Amino acid sequence: MMQRLLSGDYPRSRALTALLLIIGASLALGPFLFPGVRAFSMLGMICVFIIVVASYDLMLGYTHIVSFAHTMFFGIGAYGVAMATDALGNGYGAVLAGIGGAVLLTILLSLLLGLLSLRVKAIFFALVTLAVAFAFLSLVTQLYNLTGGEDGLAVRVPRELGPAFRPFDEPWVGFDVVGFFSGLFSDPANAFKDALFDVRVNGRHLVYYIAFLSAVAVFLFLLRMVNSPFGRVLQAIRENEFRAQALGYRTVFYRTAAVIVSAVLATLAGVLFALINRYVNPENTLNFELMVFILLMCVIGGMGTLYGAVVGTALFLLAQNYLQDLLKLLAGQVEKGSMLAELVGPDSWLLWFGLLFVLSVYFFPSGIVGQLRLWAARRRQRRAGNGGASRDGVSAQGESHAS
Amino acid sequence: MSAHDELIEPRPRGALGRFRAFREERPHLFLLVLMMLVAFFMMDPRTWVVLTISGLAMGAMVFLMASGMTLTFGLMNVLNLAHGAFISLGAFAGATVLVHWLNVQAGEASVWANLAAVLPALGFALVVAGLIGLLFERLVIKPVYGDHLKQILVTVGGSIILMELIQVVWGPNEIPVPRPETLTGAFLVPESLPVIGGVALEKYRLVAVILGLAVYGLMTWVIERTRTGVLIRAGVEDREMVEVHGYRIRLLFLGVFVAGSALAGLGGAMWAMYREIITAHMGDELMISVIVVIILGGLGSIKGCFYGAVLVGLINLYVGYLEPRLAAVATVGLMVGVLMWRPQGLIPVIKV
Repeated sequence: MMQRLLSGDYPRSRALTALLLIIGASLALGPFLFPGVRAFSMLGMICVFIIVVASYDLMLGYTHIVSFAHTMFFGIGAYGVAMATDALGNGYGAVLAGIGGAVLLTILLSLLLGLLSLRVKAIFFALVTLAVAFAFLSLVTQLYNLTGGEDGLAVRVPRELGPAFRPFDEPWVGFDVVGFFSGLFSDPANAFKDALFDVRVNGRHLVYYIAFLSAVAVFLFLLRMVNSPFGRVLQAIRENEFRAQALGYRTVFYRTAAVIVSAVLATLAGVLFALINRYVNPENTLNFELMVFILLMCVIGGMGTLYGAVVGTALFLLAQNYLQDLLKLLAGQVEKGSMLAELVGPDSWLLWFGLLFVLSVYFFPSGIVGQLRLWAARRRQRRAGNGGASRDGVSAQGESHAS
Repeated sequence: MSAHDELIEPRPRGALGRFRAFREERPHLFLLVLMMLVAFFMMDPRTWVVLTISGLAMGAMVFLMASGMTLTFGLMNVLNLAHGAFISLGAFAGATVLVHWLNVQAGEASVWANLAAVLPALGFALVVAGLIGLLFERLVIKPVYGDHLKQILVTVGGSIILMELIQVVWGPNEIPVPRPETLTGAFLVPESLPVIGGVALEKYRLVAVILGLAVYGLMTWVIERTRTGVLIRAGVEDREMVEVHGYRIRLLFLGVFVAGSALAGLGGAMWAMYREIITAHMGDELMISVIVVIILGGLGSIKGCFYGAVLVGLINLYVGYLEPRLAAVATVGLMVGVLMWRPQGLIPVIKV
């Protein structure tokens, strides 16, 4: 069962398995474990961005195609739903029409990009996608009578998916995990009782679970894909395109297919984003900064390991939401107005993440997941007790998907 | 065209044949003339003159920014996506001189006092961007030679760090940069001249065109006439061969990288005075033009970079006048069109 679900691609590290289980459980029971609007919206974003980052990893990590147009496809999905509901009202038909239009446009555009990359070489692809994504962003910003310009569009979701829809009269019980553990220290007697809170189930929870299930489905689908013969060819192209070609694979076809699949999944993620966030603008769907964030999540989690997409996304979004609080705490400790205060100020969290990113490219090129697998492999080797230090290193390297 | 080619293909005859030969051998001039002609017939001649001068000015500034990136790629196969951060850096360094240190001189109405503010500002931008470029090459790019994927990742990361550091030093807000007194305002073409009489040309744009042409001339001279230039050209063509001859191409490359970053800084400072307002992320926006320019011109080619920059500047201004909303789309459309026609760019130097 597990073998089939994960397509034989296990986490291969106990720490990683534990981490994944924690993330999975937190997402599955999320609305009932973490109270508050901020936590809820962050959980939704994690689900959406797991799809985005995992599909990006199919290009970046498995085929070594660097694309800067991933947010463009994400934006197409989000704007597709937003514009369709804006024009046709908040029915399911409108949502479906939006999805259909967005997916068609995505396939067309990604096919064109893929065909353009036949004419130019790999390194051009990064530059061309960057330029095309920018043109798209400017188009969306300028055509404000269609897209709302900088102000964006509010998405009119069907009633069943909005906060007004209450399927149950009784509130459900949630259990505040964070509150419980902090309560254990301050007030152990009432910790359990204080941690209970009411959850009024509404349409937003429904959307959240749609997003969660989609994320799980997409993740398993991609896992299946990269471990299929198709995925093996992609990895062969990554390792040595010339040799893959010599073996008789039409690498151009495979590369274009990878780009299209990845783009379509990003579009679907954009659709979910529009339904969850119920508001789209260029800032939150198409911005170049968002593209960089996706790149960061993918690389820090671990390129070429789909599990890395999950870990990287969860870690990055946690940091984006809560590192600023931490830095604010830290900034309170140092003198106001000095350079040091600016450096640890809450606004410069991205500086630290950028630094972490560059260092991780140098020292852990296979990201968190790759590193965990490497350590696990070394430990297994040591336990097996055969072979010297040199063999240890060799097989450990083979174990990781370091590129 | 070599003698061998001429044997197979006789000299083109007739107007059509000559036109075809011109199109194939000098695609950059062909495209330039085509674009200017099309624009000429779509607007009033006076508007056309103003837009062309403005387009040239923008092209000159973009050329300053793009030339470094195209050479770094051509010479060492390094794709530096942090180039935009150096543009921002130069802009902020120049603005610091103009706004804080020499604001008195910049505010006076005399040409010499203004020059005493502008030249140090441009010089400071050059030096700051160059020095940070040196540091950046040593710390960030050096470990990832020969690996495009890692270069892209690392330079994107480096770009984030640099831009965040700019915000730490200069604050997160936009900074207004008033243009020095004598560079504001326009220069009126005398009424007596035919067609273009009475056209107002902004002084600053003329200065930008002159500076851009000067730098282009200087770079062409260095590359075509000096020993360093010979080595750079040889290095672009075949790096290993130059190394075999005992030249330390790493050092040469370092020099080119620092010069390229410094020029990006210079371009940024010019742009700051042109736009009169700067943000840390202005480099990101300009990067798009820079990328289009180096792809258009053919990676590694200075001449191609110059013509590419002029083309981008012109199309931006022409389309911006006819339909402001499509300026960015037209720029990228131009790139895609040229790539379809000539996948290697207008003046290819290296095979990528």
